[in-house]
Amino acid sequence: MRISYPTSIKIIKVPCTGRVDIIHILKAFEAGADGVYLVGCLEGDCHYLNGNIRAGKRVKYIKKLLEETGIGSDRVSMYNVSSAEGMKFAEIAREFTEKIKALGPNPLKLIRV
Amino acid sequence: MIVADRKPFDEIIKMLAPYSNILVLGCNECVTVCAVGGAKEVAILASQIRMRRMTDGVKTKVDEKTLERQCDTEYLEELKDVIGSYDAVLSLACGCGVQFLGERYIDTPVLPGVNTTFMGVTEKQGFWTERCQGCGNCVLDRTMGICPVTRCAKSIFNGPCGGSWGGKCEIDKDLPCAWHLIIERYKERGRMDAFMEIIPPKDWSTARDGGPRKRHREDMEI
Ligand code: SF4
Ligand code: SF4
Repeated sequence: MRISYPTSIKIIKVPCTGRVDIIHILKAFEAGADGVYLVGCLEGDCHYLNGNIRAGKRVKYIKKLLEETGIGSDRVSMYNVSSAEGMKFAEIAREFTEKIKALGPNPLKLIRV
Repeated sequence: MIVADRKPFDEIIKMLAPYSNILVLGCNECVTVCAVGGAKEVAILASQIRMRRMTDGVKTKVDEKTLERQCDTEYLEELKDVIGSYDAVLSLACGCGVQFLGERYIDTPVLPGVNTTFMGVTEKQGFWTERCQGCGNCVLDRTMGICPVTRCAKSIFNGPCGGSWGGKCEIDKDLPCAWHLIIERYKERGRMDAFMEIIPPKDWSTARDGGPRKRHREDMEI
């Protein structure tokens, strides 16, 4: 299909979004990521039954943690896309990149203690 | 198990304000099972503290460690060579662990990262409820295995009270009335006779009312 999406996005493959733990996302921000989003299968289509639903719930919880931490809850998101929706994948990548650009860089990168 | 809840983050940050070299210390027992103070939660909280301190512009070093238990001296010993290098320890153990650690290492401030809430059970994944208040004189044999001390809002022994409505307690429409449950079970087992038995007033001196409690087994002492 050769659809392009922003080069600033770094893809980390996991067997299922259900594998993504809270600490993985926090570590990404600690390491300087400006935003993190999970792309799971469509709800009801999880090969492991409900990994994507659990990931969605986890993202909600992480938003709370990021808010209290001072990183801000908008820097993390969850999307559900089928593996046949290449166009949608690229669209989401652009949409999330724009959103994060508007928010500016990870506040941790602006501070040098 | 002992169930706890993480303290509000801002309260933790305020508590840690005077310190820059901090150890976040978990416990592998109850607080791990109720997902508040195990190695996972230690990593999450330590990461949050590091990031928050950084955005606040405060230089901080936050280390992570989890002990098998914080309520047993043998595990606390593991810290003896390292604890001196920290300004403070933020313990995610229950209140027992926090205190015991503080007693063992009196020169290092040990701060509570969780609010210890109750002795309870995991009703379902992610949902815990209270079952026992450690009254020191268990009556479950007489109350069909349902604790009136804990599960009745008034801890009464001659319920249900006038607030029992449709099987629910007056304090919360989602909370089953403990005495309704007890009587239902008496009926199911054909034991209403036991309910009619006159029981002398409970001796509360074995509960917290009698002051801090202790248990001693001389045969076990080394
Ligand atoms: S009667 Fe006392 S010891 Fe027994 S479950 Fe209730 S509070 Fe706990
Ligand atoms: S309604 Fe039942 S549980 Fe609630 S206070 Fe009365 S007797 Fe206790």
